[in-house]
Amino acid sequence: MTTAEIRETIIGILSDIAPDEDFDSLKDEVSFRDQLGMDSMDMLDVVLELRRKFKLQIPESDYPRLDSMNSTLEYLEPLLQDR
Amino acid sequence: MREEERIVITGVGLAAPNGSNLTEYRRAILNGVSGVVPYEIRYFGPTVAGVCNCDVLKWQSRRELRRGTRAGSLSIYCVGEAIADSGLDWENVRKDAVGVYIGVTEHGNVETENEIYQIKQYDYDCAYWSHHHNPRTVANNPAGEVTLRYGITGPHYTLGAACAAGNAGIIQGVQQLRLGEVDVALAGGVSESIHTFGIFAAFNAQNALAKHDDPTKASRPFDVDRNGIVVAEGGCVYVLERLSDAKKRGAKIYGEIVGYAMNSDSTDFVLPNAERQAQCVSKALARAGLAPEEIDIVNTHATATHAGDIIEVEALRNVFGASKKTYINNTKSFIGHAMGAAGVLELAGNLPSFDDGVVHPTINVDNLDPECEIANLVLNEPKEIGSVRYILNNSFGMVGINAVVIVGKYDE
Repeated sequence: MTTAEIRETIIGILSDIAPDEDFDSLKDEVSFRDQLGMDSMDMLDVVLELRRKFKLQIPESDYPRLDSMNSTLEYLEPLLQDR
Repeated sequence: MREEERIVITGVGLAAPNGSNLTEYRRAILNGVSGVVPYEIRYFGPTVAGVCNCDVLKWQSRRELRRGTRAGSLSIYCVGEAIADSGLDWENVRKDAVGVYIGVTEHGNVETENEIYQIKQYDYDCAYWSHHHNPRTVANNPAGEVTLRYGITGPHYTLGAACAAGNAGIIQGVQQLRLGEVDVALAGGVSESIHTFGIFAAFNAQNALAKHDDPTKASRPFDVDRNGIVVAEGGCVYVLERLSDAKKRGAKIYGEIVGYAMNSDSTDFVLPNAERQAQCVSKALARAGLAPEEIDIVNTHATATHAGDIIEVEALRNVFGASKKTYINNTKSFIGHAMGAAGVLELAGNLPSFDDGVVHPTINVDNLDPECEIANLVLNEPKEIGSVRYILNNSFGMVGINAVVIVGKYDE
């Protein structure tokens, strides 16, 4: 998957969780918690959806890597490059 | 009784299959409009059900809607409507003095079925089971979602009382107000049952699920050709307050809870018991200090099962047989059986009788079952009787649970 495709997938997951947010203005460097009001249950939704879509088993110790779009892409790119 | 001990209804919020507020709902009922429609659910296939069309986004964001359950969402809708209707200055109400008491027939089946369906796509690997399962299936979920939405910090819980649960919610609210535990009780019941295939499959296995080519004719208590229950979703929550508080703020008063009773059959998992039902009704009358002939309307629980309707009529004949002025009706014939919401929704369908003096009928009775004959059963057309002073509402549930509530008209 390209970086753009991964980003689009993440936006899809986030817009299911927070359907009233405007994702056109998402700041890739800002934490999801801060700009989308995501809580721990929402973050677990991201982890579960990545598991469902890509069979990715993300260990709890790596959850902080899913903090912002930039950090998420940086984390997922090597894991999804062959998908 | 002192005004501090008299409990009155000062707000009504409801979601019924044929109306999303009391005005719409009463109009539909008086015009013979059913809320039962064709319905299809996973595994079970085509059937009929009472389906609500209320706009839940009026009181909830799409994000909150996704996080919670249908029962939570309907509860939030009903509470929002009830608070608005009550005229309470909500911003300035002490939130730690508000209690939420929601009756449920069952809770958690919908989410559990959904999760099992999800993990089936992954060969039943539990790694794909959602973290939302527990907060969505804890038994207090619908009441808890209400507290989250409205910032309520007083007590909240659900009352598991099968199909007597709505009335149990009212009774709990009355008792907590009298104990001084809360100043405002948000009390009622909710049903999300049409979203679980299990309830349809189980009633069908019991030969107790209604079938009819015309869905609007499927729910037909007392008719000789009745063939079972129409499952419905819905909710109804009342704002209950002490009369002294309601008068202090000049609240509109729908009626006063003048009597109630609950008891247990102690006889069978599913078959009701006429003697225990009659005893429950009599206990409610005694608590209210009323004679049977003082009750103007008895709203029956009858669900259109063959045995259940006959047993309830037998119980009512025993209590009201000598009363010439008591009229008898049934609301399930319009909306189906809204399970945990049934008692409270059915009571709401009758509350406007205090103002309009009309008894709504039970519809779909083409041929009255002789075994269900009882004096003053209002069939198919509304009946004007003039003054209505007292309404008695029956609700009975599986494993032998009975709950009766009596509401009186409030006069200044």
